[in-house]
Amino acid sequence: MLEVRELSKSFGGLKAVDRASLDVRQGEIVGLIGPNGAGKTTLFAAIAGFHAPDSGRVAFEGRDITGLAPHRICAAGMVRTFQITQPFAKISVRQNIMVGAYLHTADRRLAAREAEAVAETVGMTEQLDQLGADLTVAGRKRLELARALATGPRLLLLDEVMAGLNPTEIVEIVGVIKGIRDAGITILLIEHVMQAVTSLAERVYVLNQGRMIAEGTPAAIADDPQVIEAYLGHGAAKVLRA
Amino acid sequence: MSRTALLCLAALAAALVYPLLVPNYLVNIGMLMLFTAFLGQSWNLAGGYAGQTSFGHVVFFGVGAYTSTILQVTYGWNPWLAWPIAMLAGGAVGWMIAVLSFRAGLRGSYFALITLAFAEVFRILANSVPFTRGGLGMLIKADQRPENFQFKDSIWIYYLALALCVISLLIAWQIARGRFGARLVAIRENEDAARALGIDVFAEKVKVLTLSGAMCAAGGTFYAQKYLYIDPSIAFGVDKSVEMLLVTMVGGAGTIFGPLIGSVALTVINEATRGLASVVPALKNVQPLSLVVYGVMLVLIVARLPDGLMGLFRRRPRHA
Amino acid sequence: MFDPQIIFAGVLNGLLAGGVYVLVAVGLTLIYGVLHIINFAHGSLLMLAMYAVFWLWRLLGVDPYVALPLVIAGAFGFGWLLYRGVIGRFSHGRDENILLITLGLSIVIDNVALLFFGGDTQTIDVPYAGLFVEIGAAFLPLPKIVSFAASLLLCAVLGLYMTRSDTGKAIRAVAKERQGARLVGIDVDNIFAISYGIGIACLGAAACLLMPSYYVTPTSGHAFVLVAFTIVVLGGMGSFIGAAVGGFIIGITEALGGLFLGEQLGQIGISLIFILILLLKPTGLFGSRA
Repeated sequence: MLEVRELSKSFGGLKAVDRASLDVRQGEIVGLIGPNGAGKTTLFAAIAGFHAPDSGRVAFEGRDITGLAPHRICAAGMVRTFQITQPFAKISVRQNIMVGAYLHTADRRLAAREAEAVAETVGMTEQLDQLGADLTVAGRKRLELARALATGPRLLLLDEVMAGLNPTEIVEIVGVIKGIRDAGITILLIEHVMQAVTSLAERVYVLNQGRMIAEGTPAAIADDPQVIEAYLGHGAAKVLRA
Repeated sequence: MSRTALLCLAALAAALVYPLLVPNYLVNIGMLMLFTAFLGQSWNLAGGYAGQTSFGHVVFFGVGAYTSTILQVTYGWNPWLAWPIAMLAGGAVGWMIAVLSFRAGLRGSYFALITLAFAEVFRILANSVPFTRGGLGMLIKADQRPENFQFKDSIWIYYLALALCVISLLIAWQIARGRFGARLVAIRENEDAARALGIDVFAEKVKVLTLSGAMCAAGGTFYAQKYLYIDPSIAFGVDKSVEMLLVTMVGGAGTIFGPLIGSVALTVINEATRGLASVVPALKNVQPLSLVVYGVMLVLIVARLPDGLMGLFRRRPRHA
Repeated sequence: MFDPQIIFAGVLNGLLAGGVYVLVAVGLTLIYGVLHIINFAHGSLLMLAMYAVFWLWRLLGVDPYVALPLVIAGAFGFGWLLYRGVIGRFSHGRDENILLITLGLSIVIDNVALLFFGGDTQTIDVPYAGLFVEIGAAFLPLPKIVSFAASLLLCAVLGLYMTRSDTGKAIRAVAKERQGARLVGIDVDNIFAISYGIGIACLGAAACLLMPSYYVTPTSGHAFVLVAFTIVVLGGMGSFIGAAVGGFIIGITEALGGLFLGEQLGQIGISLIFILILLLKPTGLFGSRA
């Protein structure tokens, strides 16, 4: 469904993403993990059209979307959320979600109905009339999710939806994400916290210093010495094994 | 029928009978108030809803005023026919400024300053090129017939201003409740998020500035027909830009009634200072005093009351 | 019709005007570089300082050049208070909001001036106003030469202050990295107020240098604000060298524009430069930030 091939992106002299490739198949939940500063968000931004990649290719459902503007990629059926949540502060949750829903309908009533339906999916029905600015961290994360869902995507790119949440909230949002997948939407998610991913993803990619260093099931990844070193530092795998 | 709708109807009825009850100079003040609200609304669409603060909106006003006046004076057009052309010209200039500025990625303060510079370029051009008659300005020959867009009785120009104001409110209402408005607000609040949600930010911004320019240009023609004279500093002076911005910010940027409320407030302050000046003879010159009050209000409102005076009426936005 | 001598004279005149522009623009670029706010009240504050010079002369008979230290100190104090009292409290959030606040200030200042000083054009009649210096074919008014030299001297002094003094170093640290500056114990808010004060002090100096050969009305600020912004944008927002180079370029552009295009159309050069720079190279000649 999504094919990323040899994608590179530098800022100044710094290679943020270095020939990274990944695949997401229809119906999967795929995780993208890596330590801080590994280039995960940059890779996401390049996939979703926010940065034009220096080289490499992104194809969505067989169509080349490399370097396309974000709104075109969104219209094609792939939408991203932001790690640093970006609610429209001065309008209500309902209006926030409607902005997404307006992608495929100009009808206000229809958009409002869809917004309510989406709000129910992510458990925000109670907060529909709150202002974007008044939401808690957990509320903002859900709103990110809801707005993206309202655009009617087939592939959802989630950037650290669990960061900053407490354990109860994480359990709740994991349930929500599973529900979204069960409704037929494919998901690629970035997480910094490995544990959060293992409970969700079927396959995991590991990015370190801009390069893809491993790919596999969460269990296999957790045992990969390269991954352990990436997270814990050089020589850590040896120590752990001893 | 909702309370707001009833209130609107009552206000409209009051505005309709008002000129029948008051002396002529009050009719004139009412006309100016409605007209300023109309101009403010044109600013509000771009500056309030879409958050594209402009310091040079007068450029559209001036283009409208000059287009219809030149067509009329130089080419003998009927002003009613010249009016839509003036709007097209204002829209075209709005489109041009938007395409240039937004293509270059200008935002926030930089956009505000470049609009100011565009207005200045137009002012200097109007001062220099022959077909505007330069600094002498252009005089429209008095011929007070309605088919000539000139009225003997000032009540008709009042009603025309009222019609413009009501139309501008309807436009704002229609935009605010629909998809276009939702997208503009999304762009104002967060361009990146808007982009991620499938909004073509550039196209929407160009659209709203084109519309805003056309509206403002309509005001320019109205002004020229009312006073039968324009010159470069009236048509492209920074004062008018500031006035549009002020009434909208004070009344409530990004709200339907903001520009109207702001215009009412400006009128009240004007008249109050005029009253004060008649008591305190030291304050001969009234205009600056009311602008001092207005400047202070602008500072306080930007800092403390982002929804303007409208924010006092309603703290929470109602859902759609 | 334009022989080289006239153009030479035009360029010289432009350079002289540019000298004072540099001073005005350095104040603006300093405020931008340190506080990251666009001070739309800059022209109005210059106008206010010019009135201060005018009244000192009219009421107390103080020569504008003699008034220089006094007006600089007064302008610094006024700027410092303005920052502490108004701008500093509100200088957060969206940048266009701060722009609107400084616009509000300029409206207040312009109209207070109109209210108290009236709309008349005021000039200072100094004995040396009519003196000229002859360079080639150019007759240059002595006050303009003095203001040119003095303003460059003041810029150099300011430059030394910024590189040598502790406060200057602190200001540059805050401009570069305000969080870091805070961490090493610099009182960032105080530095903001001082920087704003210095920016306005530059205007005080410019006012003293301008008044012997210029005039003031409550709308004088308008004439300078777009010029100052153009210089700063041309040179690169926040860049001192940019402000200096930009000041001279704009001074010469203005002089030659007036020469070739006439009094009215000649002014268009500045606005066009402003627009073109913003559209084509918003970092300016020496700027690093977009």
